[in-house]
Order: sequence, then structure tokens, then C-alpha cells
Amino acid sequence: MITSLIAQKLTCVRGERRIFADLDFRVSAGEALVVEGANGAGKTSLLRLIAGFLTPVSGSLVLDTDKGAIADGEERGRHIGWLGHHDAVKPQLDVGEQLEFFARLYGAGGDVKPVLERVGIARQRELPCRYLSAGQKKRLGLARLLMSGRGLWLLDEPFAALDTAGRALAADLMRTHCASGGMVIAATHDPLGLEARSLRLEAA
Amino acid sequence: MSGPFISLVMRDLKLASRSGGSAALALAFFALVATLVPLGVGANLNLLARIAGGVLWVGAVLAALLSLDRLYQGDFDDGSLDLIALSPLSLEQVALAKLLAHWFSTGLPLTLLSPLLALLFGLPGPGTWALFVSLLIGTPAVSAVGAIGASLTLSLKRGGLILPLIILPLLAPAVIFGAGAVTAALDHLSNGALGLLSAFAAAAVLLSPFAAAACVRLNLAG
Repeated sequence: MITSLIAQKLTCVRGERRIFADLDFRVSAGEALVVEGANGAGKTSLLRLIAGFLTPVSGSLVLDTDKGAIADGEERGRHIGWLGHHDAVKPQLDVGEQLEFFARLYGAGGDVKPVLERVGIARQRELPCRYLSAGQKKRLGLARLLMSGRGLWLLDEPFAALDTAGRALAADLMRTHCASGGMVIAATHDPLGLEARSLRLEAA
Repeated sequence: MSGPFISLVMRDLKLASRSGGSAALALAFFALVATLVPLGVGANLNLLARIAGGVLWVGAVLAALLSLDRLYQGDFDDGSLDLIALSPLSLEQVALAKLLAHWFSTGLPLTLLSPLLALLFGLPGPGTWALFVSLLIGTPAVSAVGAIGASLTLSLKRGGLILPLIILPLLAPAVIFGAGAVTAALDHLSNGALGLLSAFAAAAVLLSPFAAAACVRLNLAG
């Protein structure tokens, strides 16, 4: 179980460009954090930094768990459920295969059927992913999050391409995740639909 | 750890065998090259047997190249690589899984097909056997060296064009030792080529996952 994520004086530089500097924030288990900011303000960079893909040039980012504090990026990645703005869906695989592969890759047991039902694409289980709409691919991404069993969800534009019911579903999943002691950090321009603290990134 | 590892290998094999996959493409390319060369050279069986080792080795390397550029690029472009990087597997294990999947879907089928293609060159029994064994030992090295190049160029849109320039020079030892083993078998000599090829392949397969993982790390941060 994770207890908190604490960032202190976090500075991110990509290429020659400074994206943000001296960022402080803290998220505790059960909380949601919305990352706001104009296009190019560094929302995705912050998520990639938390996921451990990028390393901060200065500052510290520590994930506290009941088994001790984690400062290493790749180790932190083992606690992260990721929903990026790419769909990560292979057109050749069908929906069931895609989710079953992911479950095995993450060492998560259990049946994929209830998860597909939860996100509303159970009827498409045998359908090759090339026939899915953008919204259905997003729902498959939500299914992956549920399947991952990870504590810290990092969501990049979780509502993009979703219909009204899909947005309500995504908000509901986040609420449930937080209520069960999880953590959500979402970069979005839309209202999250649940109680959340916000972090505003200003273009440097 | 074996569950996630095997699931990744199996998924890559599945993708290689489905439509748009590269396994059948590489085999067809190999067969076509091996068919065209005897047509171009003419029916001089002595000459054909002499050049068979070199031609088939070069053909196999080029055929394996066809599928290499998508080894990481597909997963990088659609975001799958992010999810794979966050899995319980280390990036080194991921690189090893991808190397294995590439060999099973390309190197092994090419090796199995080679005795049939050797017939087109009138390669005698010992030569065919040497070709088969040298490909069996050498194609893992092709996948291993190729995987390094593929991970290095995974974020380039036209990475497939620069990839051969990076890895073909590095594969020169494999082609030299592989074709050398076939020539030696024709002359009933033993020149130690297979031993050198084994050493090259062992070093390549051992080092490749570390190099490829470092390249993937670099590209994920880019």
C-alpha cells in the first residue's frame, strides 16, 4: 500500500528547455490531484517524471509505502497504473487478448470479463481492436487500469474521446479507487467530477 | 517473473504471425532472393555451390532486417512501451523477451528453410549441414545485434532506413564466420569458423539486452 507522494523543489528540463521549476506538492492515499495548465505547460512531462521515464534535474520525488520510502524512478514505476494519451492498443489483437496479455504482463490474476463489463465493452471481447472507436479504446485503457491493481494512477487526459456516460464512468472509477486508498493524479482541462486538489503549472 | 516474461514473448510472436506481421514476409523475401541468385548466375553448379554459403547468409541477414525496425517502434508509437516499462519486468528482461520473440519468429524459420533453398544452389550434404548449423548458431546474433539498432532508432519515423547502416557493419563477423563454415565444409576442412561464430553469438546475446535496455531508457526520456 502506498501512503503518500511528496515532491520537493522539482525541476524538469527537456532538451534545452526548462519545463517547470521548484514544484512542490504532496498527495496522500485516498486523494486525487488535478494537474492544470495551458498547452505546453508541462502536464505530460510531470506525469512522465512521476512514472520514472524522465529524471528531474533537481529536487526530490519520494513515494512512501508501508514497506518504506521509494526514491528510485523505476522502482516507483512498479506502483503506477498508466493511462497515457496514446491508446496502446494493437489492431491485430482482439479486446480480450489485449487485456489478458496485459493482466499476465502485470502479474495480475483474475478474470477479465467482470472488468470488461465494468467499463462497458464486454460485448466487444472477441472484436479485433482495429474496429474499436477512440472512445472504446479509452475504455480499454480504463480496463487496464482496473486490471493493473496499482495504487497510484497517472492519467493523461482521461476524458478525451469519451462520451458522457464514459466520462461519468471514468470519474466513478477514480472515486472508487481513491475511496479504497488509492491515489489519482490526472492531467486534464475538464472538471474531474470528484473532489480533488489542483496543481497549476505555469509556463516557465 | 516467468509469467510476465513469457506473456510478452507470446504476444510478440502472435503479432508477428498475424496480418501485417513480419514473419511470413521475411521468409518470402529470403526464398525470393535465394531463387533469383541462381537465375542470375546461371547453371554453373560448381560456382553456385561455392557462393551458396555467402549468398544465403547475406539473404538471411537482410530478411531478418525486414522485421527488425518494428521490434520496438510499434510499441513506442502506440504507447505500449510505456505500459511495458511499468510492468514488473526490468527493461533488460523486456529486451531479452523481444530478442527471443524475434528469433523464434524470424531467425528460426529462416534456419529451417535454408536446407531447402540450398538445393537451388546444388550445395552438397556436408555444406548444407554446415549452413544449417551456422544459421542456427548465428541467427540469434543477428537478432541480438539488430535489437540494439532497433532500440536505438525506435523514436525515428524513418528508423527502418538508418537501421541497416548501423547494424550491417556489426554483423560482418557473423556473415564471415557463417559463410566460412560452409566453404570449409565443401573442402572437407575444419577452420574453426563455427567456434568463432558461437563465441560471437554468445557475446552478442549476452550484451544485447543491456545495450537495448539503455537505449530504450534514453528514448522513453526523450
